[in-house]
Amino acid sequence: MNTLINDIEPYTTMQGDLDVQKIRLDFPVLNQLVNGKPLIYLDNAATTQKPKQVIDSIVNYYQFANANIHRGIHTLAERATAEYEATRKSLSTFINSPSPEQVIFTRGTTESINLVAFTYGKSVLKLGDEILVSALEHHSNLVPWLMIAKETGAVVKIIPMNDEGELLIEEYQKMLSEKVKIVAINHVSNSLGTINPVKQMIAMAHGVGAVVVVDGAQSVSHLDIDVQDLDADFYALSSHKFYGPTGIGALYGKRALLENMPPYQGGGEMIKDVFYNSFTVNELPYKFEAGTPNIADTVALKAAIDYIQRISKVKIRDHENVLLAHATKLLSEIDGLKIIGQAKEKVSVLSFVIDGVHHQDIGILLDQEGIAVRTGHHCTQPLMERCGIAGTTRASFAMYNTLEEINQLQWGLTKVLKMLR
Amino acid sequence: MGIDKSIKNVEVKVLETIKEIQDQIISDFELFDEWDEKYAYIIEMGKKLAPMPEHFKVNENKIKGCQSTVWLASEVQDGRLVYYADSDAVIVKGLVSLLIKVFSNHKANEIIANEPYFIDKIGMQQHLSMTRSNGLAAMVKQMKMYAIAFQS
Repeated sequence: MNTLINDIEPYTTMQGDLDVQKIRLDFPVLNQLVNGKPLIYLDNAATTQKPKQVIDSIVNYYQFANANIHRGIHTLAERATAEYEATRKSLSTFINSPSPEQVIFTRGTTESINLVAFTYGKSVLKLGDEILVSALEHHSNLVPWLMIAKETGAVVKIIPMNDEGELLIEEYQKMLSEKVKIVAINHVSNSLGTINPVKQMIAMAHGVGAVVVVDGAQSVSHLDIDVQDLDADFYALSSHKFYGPTGIGALYGKRALLENMPPYQGGGEMIKDVFYNSFTVNELPYKFEAGTPNIADTVALKAAIDYIQRISKVKIRDHENVLLAHATKLLSEIDGLKIIGQAKEKVSVLSFVIDGVHHQDIGILLDQEGIAVRTGHHCTQPLMERCGIAGTTRASFAMYNTLEEINQLQWGLTKVLKMLR
Repeated sequence: MGIDKSIKNVEVKVLETIKEIQDQIISDFELFDEWDEKYAYIIEMGKKLAPMPEHFKVNENKIKGCQSTVWLASEVQDGRLVYYADSDAVIVKGLVSLLIKVFSNHKANEIIANEPYFIDKIGMQQHLSMTRSNGLAAMVKQMKMYAIAFQS
């Protein structure tokens, strides 16, 4: 059923470097039939699958360590606390934070960005101040800024992009002024896969004294993250986008900023002393971690980081680049297919539209073939409007995807187009 | 002579009951062995759905989802509700055309009293999903709302 086997040949060594077949054995969810067909999971930008090391970690935690953290003096409480804090250290090293206290655990990128908007943003923004947000942002790095702008009288301005999906740096330069207090940009676009020049953009923002919030939801699984090299003021991320559990993420912040920010939520853990009429705030990172956190998933996040490091990010990225190049080539051959987002610097995300065919129909029919893709506006409605489309079909690749699966995607697309046209 | 007899026996029922129409759809779908035959039929139904009169294509009749847009409207003809629909996605349009086939040209009380059990029986229950704000469930609800509004 596949006429494209020959296309695999030039890449087999690259796949060999990663030993994809061995990796796939670590991901139990991939080994199943969907609608009677072997699952082909190409929705990795929405969430990645979890290796059994991560799943086992969650099970182990509940079987051997479960207790509430930080205050208990019994053995289990100490064990749980040690494991929880071990993840903070591991994540801190993973993104090269100067210290673990600068890594605040949150529910994910969305909560991290809301935390910055409603503590830092609320305390510094005044009437007429400006927040620059890029045209590529996910709703989670736009809506919190619209909300805080409404509350403070600040104005949100959009950094424009070209038709390839690359931000216009010269335009951005012109927008920077003393009025700009916050710049909110993603490191990688979830809809188009564009890798933004965040290091350069951060340096430019610092030139006018603005603070930069980077949405790292889509970058951590693909790129090496070094928050110090980037000189990021804030960096938000989600565990589930890089092979870890859902419901846990983090906010990295520069120490001086985090120390001067008011707390986010009130409750246990975030306080030092409480009186009936006042309280004193705990130190970093606990100041921003009110209430019992998602301990089990935080513990398991360390297993995901260990897993990625053992495989090596460089090898993962090389493999994903091969997949992206192969998919771009194959899908471009489909009549009427247009790739949305053709930035020079991209991660393994391929968004496309097809003449006269609705993305929802494509998604429904590919699912019947066991192929999972994402369709719709990908929580970037203004970006879709900028591109003049209602939505796209998006295939996004991870370390466990194969060239054969991409051949199947092309075969599947050809089949469903025949049905729909 | 035999011909005369058979003509007499075949009583042409223009207005079948909602249940009869559903059962007919279910038995039609039993002919399909593969998923692609089933969906090819739904796509064809979508493409063949009678065009919705332009004056019905207004915001109040729009059910906007995060995937596609559906327009759904109704009017009363001879005491019966007639439904019109359109969508930018053809499978949704095919599914809603099945709902129209089932519910259109019936009295409000019949529409309110009958549930579209055929959806489950033809294996399309995944499209009922409540998470899709313009899933079939939302359309069924809207069709019933029109019937309730007409009745009261």
